[in-house]
Amino acid sequence: MKRFIARHVASLPKSGIRDFFEIVSKMKDVISLGIGEPDFDTPWHIRESAIYALEKGKTHYTSNLGLLELRRAISEYVEQHYAVTYRPDDEILVTVGVSEAIDLALRALINPGDKVLYHQPCYVSYHPSVALAHGVGIAVPTRADDGFALNAADLQRAWQPGCKVLMINLPCNPTGGTCDRARLAEIARFAVEKDLIVLSDEIYSELVYDHAHTSITAFPGMRERTIFLHGFSKAFAMTGFRIGYACGPAELIDAMMKVHQYSMLCAPILSQEAAIEALRHGADGVKTMRDQYHRRRDLVVSRLNAAGLACRPPGGAFYVFPSVASTGLGERDFAYGLLEAQKVAVVPGTAFGENGRGFVRASFATGYDQLVEACDRIERFVNTATPCSAPSSS
Amino acid sequence: MDALMNPVLKLLIEGGHLTTAQMAQVAGIPEAEVAGHLEQLKKDGVFLGWRPVLDLSRESAAAVRAVIEVKITPERGGGFNRLADRLSRFDEVESCYLMSGSYDLLIFVTGPSLQKVAGFVSEKLSTLEGVLSTSTHFMLRSYKEGSFLIGGPAQEVDRLKVSP
Ligand SMILES: Cc1ncc(COP(=O)(O)O)c(C=O)c1O
Repeated sequence: MKRFIARHVASLPKSGIRDFFEIVSKMKDVISLGIGEPDFDTPWHIRESAIYALEKGKTHYTSNLGLLELRRAISEYVEQHYAVTYRPDDEILVTVGVSEAIDLALRALINPGDKVLYHQPCYVSYHPSVALAHGVGIAVPTRADDGFALNAADLQRAWQPGCKVLMINLPCNPTGGTCDRARLAEIARFAVEKDLIVLSDEIYSELVYDHAHTSITAFPGMRERTIFLHGFSKAFAMTGFRIGYACGPAELIDAMMKVHQYSMLCAPILSQEAAIEALRHGADGVKTMRDQYHRRRDLVVSRLNAAGLACRPPGGAFYVFPSVASTGLGERDFAYGLLEAQKVAVVPGTAFGENGRGFVRASFATGYDQLVEACDRIERFVNTATPCSAPSSS
Repeated sequence: MDALMNPVLKLLIEGGHLTTAQMAQVAGIPEAEVAGHLEQLKKDGVFLGWRPVLDLSRESAAAVRAVIEVKITPERGGGFNRLADRLSRFDEVESCYLMSGSYDLLIFVTGPSLQKVAGFVSEKLSTLEGVLSTSTHFMLRSYKEGSFLIGGPAQEVDRLKVSP
């Protein structure tokens, strides 16, 4: 069969999360810190609005761009929170999650061989999405001692002729890294200087704990070269609804819409209805969840550091990305050892690219009591693992 | 909720089952401060005490609950307070509120049987001077008690154990 499979699909690497998932899902009584979605169910008023829409017979296709009322709500929300204005008529596209928006943007922009810069460790889909669009991904490292913030100097170093797109994800999955305004300004200047289109995946932007979030779109010269990607999965705990959106200059949105029109037609109408409710009345729920994540972050960061796994408090998202160097174990041995010995699942950092070597991702989208128990177990594991294990080869 | 709100009160309202040590960790303040806040809340009459949350509509609880709307005559000088206080002292009375609207007091009563609760209403409550009328509603079933959802289909939590 292999000969039938397209080369660029066949050559995609296997997901580092997939095989780990297979093992974890067969084990009992595991506390999983390997989960990349909120533990909260979608707030009831949002779920109820989807039920109501279903009762009202909202079971049809919508416009390709998405319901106008939703695009209006998105426009207002983005203006209020990110200080950029997009026209509901032709600058906003409702998608099936940020996942689809990333795919559309890359397919709409990339000619075969075009190069795409992205910082790494990064979300698992970035490199494959670039490859599927026949682009060439160029990973730019971010570092623990820098809080995994993106650095314009590293971008300069990685840049090559033929670079067309820069993908950024701040706050970042898996590191929780964020950038302050000064750094964003430098990145923006770099993008303008190199004439890059920026795909800004801001899916975690409501979940920041130390500083207000700033979007790169708001910097001078950026609106016309940025596609702002956002969705409802994280802040509104709506992963299963599969709903997100892209905002950008009309010509770019139109190009994405062409792909969307033929491949997806439109996002599910019930999810669109629910999204309207989330934007209009979801603020309190977001704040309640963010407060909980904040407390959990502080717990996990202090406990992991105390256990000898160094990590800075992540500025956003719901992940910590500690180094496991002190244990003498590599990230895979650490993750598998911890799972085996203490039944706690964390994801080896290399699942998020080479630059995740020596780190693991632990999600704090899990109840407080569970986190306390997980930290106890991790501490026990570190205490027993350290003396007897061989030094890491990396 | 107000950002300036007492962090301990916030945790209490959220209804988590936390010891003072856990509250200290969650709120990121020393345990002594948690104890201080609790003391203050008690002093202010906000925090009255701990009670378990029970679903008494279950058969095995062998209890009957009723809500009683009571109209009373306000008194010169004291308004509704003296009579409301007097009613509240009966052990059968779980809660008693002064209400706006078409009646004055709303009383929650629990007893071991329908007869006992009815007896309380007809013999103790309605015979008090100043009580004009009562209207008793027996509770048949609870769907939510003290923020706990009761019955309905069980909540299935089926997140994937590892996801990107
Ligand atoms: C950085 C990042 N981008 C995009 C996504 C996909 O989100 P959606 O559910 O909107 O497709 C995720 C989900 O984990 C993510 O972490």
